[in-house]
Amino acid sequence: MESNRRTFMKIGGLCALGLGALPVVDAFAKLDQPKFSQDPQALVGKKWAMVIDMKKCWEKGKPGCKDCMLACHKYHNVPTIEDEKEEIKWIWTDEHEHVFVGQSNPYTEENLHGKPFIVLCNHCANPACVRVCPTKATFKRKEDGIVMMDFHRCIGCRFCMAACPFGARSFNFRDPRPYIKTELNASFPTRERGVVEKCNFCNERLAAGSLPACVEACKCGALVFGDLEDPKSGVRKLLASHYTIRRKPELGTEPNVYYIV
Amino acid sequence: MRMYNADKIIPGLIVFLVLVSLPVWYNMGKAAPVPQPKIDTPVIEKMTVKQCILPKDEMITGHMQLLNDWRTEVVRNGQRIYTAVDGKKYVMSLQNECMKCHSNKAQFCDQCHNYAGLTADATPYCWTCHIAPKENK
Repeated sequence: MESNRRTFMKIGGLCALGLGALPVVDAFAKLDQPKFSQDPQALVGKKWAMVIDMKKCWEKGKPGCKDCMLACHKYHNVPTIEDEKEEIKWIWTDEHEHVFVGQSNPYTEENLHGKPFIVLCNHCANPACVRVCPTKATFKRKEDGIVMMDFHRCIGCRFCMAACPFGARSFNFRDPRPYIKTELNASFPTRERGVVEKCNFCNERLAAGSLPACVEACKCGALVFGDLEDPKSGVRKLLASHYTIRRKPELGTEPNVYYIV
Repeated sequence: MRMYNADKIIPGLIVFLVLVSLPVWYNMGKAAPVPQPKIDTPVIEKMTVKQCILPKDEMITGHMQLLNDWRTEVVRNGQRIYTAVDGKKYVMSLQNECMKCHSNKAQFCDQCHNYAGLTADATPYCWTCHIAPKENK
């Protein structure tokens, strides 16, 4: 066939038409495909955050109360390992001079010394752990800002543990199952030897429409969870009405856990 | 034609052939029975229409791909509900959804995986983290 400009243009036009029709064909092809969606009951937020009112915790809570920690660790099948070097923790307590490094002076110590501060993963807006993870096992969810872990992908290199300035991550040096003292929560998996774990802001509970286990367990309302982007949320109200601090703000990781002290 | 050292080479060849084919002779007639995974769990027995999320053949050949996709959707994309072609909705969870019906892990999972030479708890290593239903402990 002799080709000339006219036939070339015709064929080109047909090709362009075919390419243009591709999305339409795709749309029809997708009609019969299974679809993925969210639970309509799921709590939706753009930037989840937590405000921890330590005053409330100390004043209203019974001394040595560990309700939030027990609830979290029970719910997530977190093992209890006594050896400090191998312990696994999602939410725990630490002293003022460790939690707010450089912010204490000899006189703050008078009334804050020995007081337990509740600490957990800060779900930073600019998380160091996510930057260093070589497999993207740790990632920041774009839709709600939760710093999540995909345990399937974790290779146990522990870069994230080195990177996290808050010590929020624990490594499973051994099979955790024999160390789970509470009854196993059959709806949540355990971890295995060789993966890192940390608080996940209860994303699996949020997806089913309930608040994080620690928030639900706290009887004195010292833990408040909510969406920072929603001006009517509980966290925004607390932030507006109280002076709050965050851990190690000078590092620029922008923690999303705020403290009222 | 003359063969040098035939008195050594021919017996040697015979010994070699016997040794090489030994595994075949040794396992002759001892083939592992083809597994017949059972789906007679209480939950499935009660169902009027015994239908998994996809047709049986697709599940047999594609369950690993499906589970992989589910994991990606749930963990990375935050999508937890699967709407099957027939409109039924499922929570995408191995531990909480698949095993609710298929509560017989030993009969349903392990049998085929062992037959296919996938060592228990090595590949696929689902159950080092996910908690298997109680029947199998």
